[in-house]
Amino acid sequence: MDFSWSPEEEAFRQEIRDFLQAELPKGWNETLVLDKESDEYIQVAREFTRKVGAKGWLAAHWPPEYGGLGWSFWQYFILQEELAIADAPIIGSNGPKFLGPTIIRYGTEEQKRRHLPGIAKGEVLWAQGYSEPNAGSDLASLQTRAVQDGDEWVINGQKIWSSYAHYADWCFLLARTDPNAPKHKGISYFLVDMKTPGITVKPLINMAGTKGFNEIFFENVRVPKDALLGEKNQGWYIATTTLSYERTAIEAPAQAQRILNDLIRYAKLTKRHGRTLAEDPLVRQRLAQIAVEIDVARCLAYRVASTQARGEIPGPESPANKLFTSELMQRLAQVGMQLLGLYGQLEFNSRWAPLKGKIERLYLTAVSRTIAAGTSEIQRNIIAERGLGLPR
Amino acid sequence: MDLTLTEEQQLLQSSARDFLRQECPTTHVRAMEEDEIGYSPQLWKQMAELGWIGLMFPEAYGGSGYSFLELCVLMEEFGRALLPSPFHSTVLTFGLPLLFAGSEAQKRRYLPAIAAGNLLGTLALTEPSATYTPEGITTRATPQGGGFVLNGTKLFVLNAHTADELLVAARTRDAEPGISLLLVPRQTPGITVTPLATIASDRQFEVEFRNVEVGADALLGPLHEGWPIVRKTLDYATVATCAELVGIAQVAFDMSVEYAKSRVQFGRPIGSFQAIKHKCADMVVDVDGSRFITYRAAWCLAKGLDATKEIAMAKAWTSDACRRVCASAHQIHGGIGFTKEYDLQLYFRRAKRGEVLYGDADVHREVVAQEIGL
Repeated sequence: MDFSWSPEEEAFRQEIRDFLQAELPKGWNETLVLDKESDEYIQVAREFTRKVGAKGWLAAHWPPEYGGLGWSFWQYFILQEELAIADAPIIGSNGPKFLGPTIIRYGTEEQKRRHLPGIAKGEVLWAQGYSEPNAGSDLASLQTRAVQDGDEWVINGQKIWSSYAHYADWCFLLARTDPNAPKHKGISYFLVDMKTPGITVKPLINMAGTKGFNEIFFENVRVPKDALLGEKNQGWYIATTTLSYERTAIEAPAQAQRILNDLIRYAKLTKRHGRTLAEDPLVRQRLAQIAVEIDVARCLAYRVASTQARGEIPGPESPANKLFTSELMQRLAQVGMQLLGLYGQLEFNSRWAPLKGKIERLYLTAVSRTIAAGTSEIQRNIIAERGLGLPR
Repeated sequence: MDLTLTEEQQLLQSSARDFLRQECPTTHVRAMEEDEIGYSPQLWKQMAELGWIGLMFPEAYGGSGYSFLELCVLMEEFGRALLPSPFHSTVLTFGLPLLFAGSEAQKRRYLPAIAAGNLLGTLALTEPSATYTPEGITTRATPQGGGFVLNGTKLFVLNAHTADELLVAARTRDAEPGISLLLVPRQTPGITVTPLATIASDRQFEVEFRNVEVGADALLGPLHEGWPIVRKTLDYATVATCAELVGIAQVAFDMSVEYAKSRVQFGRPIGSFQAIKHKCADMVVDVDGSRFITYRAAWCLAKGLDATKEIAMAKAWTSDACRRVCASAHQIHGGIGFTKEYDLQLYFRRAKRGEVLYGDADVHREVVAQEIGL
């Protein structure tokens, strides 16, 4: 057992910190707090992501022929921690994090060479086409159809909750290719260029008032034969691989730590009833509990990363971390709101709002954490059934 | 970064598990609850032969020279087996302070005898004030004729009935720091040992000192400056308690999953219901989280790093999590788990004992608060 980082890993962490200090916009996450769904943020994030990508860091653990540097997975882990603690404007992390590993595992050599370098450089952004209006937690009941027509596939249907689809270049999507097979066995996995005629994207506004996810409509969308990833009708199994990588939540403890650090600072500077919030025993207990939970999550993340570092697909330890961190983020948001009291209701970036209203925004957006990438209920089912072997 | 046990640690773990499965089934645990001594002296001898008692002592003092990490691996197994033994009192709260602060003569006198299973000791620290702070100590050691005279009452003293030696934390002056540690043979005139009835059926005692005389050589560590030794001892004993709790929670959890698979209601195993599945899933996070946060603290201690925050985090989380696991285990088991005959109650009672020992989650969260800059 060893909870330390090697000198090389520490040096890499320092290199990232130096890079972030040099490259992040002035006052980032302190005086300059942008709405993450705003056009301004997306512009900043696209540029910044390319800068990180140009260094080869976004997928440093991939083989060089696919745009990586052949580094260890732990370096990727360290990068995720540092980007999260700095709240660095990275966009399209679904590529390196979960689509890339899926293509590496199931793609043809041609697909790998075509798609992976763009992901590694942070130049090509992807959207996920999984959920449908009538296929949420029961994803395998999806109805979008893909029919073979000569050398092409013709896709018809509708997707929903597709984050970033309004500016994504490509989409990885699931479609039914055998309507007569049992529902899990008639699904295929496609890689689709969003510029293909017949695709319409309609942004949805979330409860925080911003657009982060979308509906995508596919109307006679014709894609080439090699848009198929893996074998026909094997899409469900490939999709669960993608989900296993998506649910690792290895960056979540650092995200929570950044917010906790803000709250600790706020508690020390804010006086109420003649003493600072930091002197209030109840506040101390609440913030300490969050600190403990963050470190528990960190340990769970180390375990997920250990599996990935061995080159394996994350097992049920991945949903365990996703479950714990998503609920932790909601508890953290609530503790933050309790600290802020009346000020907590002031909107993001508005007059008088402490911490630029970051906590108010978090309190609203954290609601989606226990829903996106599989609800907490689904995570618990997976842990119980796949992890513990409880009967279905 | 590596979360796995070494081959050697795995070997220790599996041999301990096999041995205890054989020698310490729950029938033995139950028998010892009713037993006058409360543990098997013969089993203690076997533990000595296995090298467990002196595991962490240097070879020069009859030990095996392993680190605190290996000791925690062992503690987790003791927790799984609910092993009744004087290990915690003798090794963690008596042997370790000797190892940390004893003179060469003291170490030579006590440590090999402990490792051989021939000498038992315990720490007489807490008092009716029921705190782990120096202010809570009123038992007084007054200088007399080159030695000391002890007066006062200690409470919650583990295994005082069979201890050969008591390590007594006593006040030697009013101003802080003013705590000194004294090695006192239990048979010294003026000591009265009275058993307490506890939730975990372990053996804790009230120990009264009335004009108990000891020589100058009884002093362990510097005069008035005994508290740092106590503090360090508590750090190790706290993490060891967490490891024991992990073992307790793991078994309560395993029993629950097995029960959920086999218990049929409404024509199906209750484990097929999401209400039960989701409880089990939450138990996974509690048990695994406890294990890793505990071993992280143990690793820090074994490496000699400052671990104040890590220890407090481990105890804060593990205290709550292991209690939750045992409570959920009872809910999953329903009525049968509430019976004395069914084994689950053995774990539930010990989880509460481990929770309050060395401070519960509230106490340790306050330490965390200090450590994170509040």
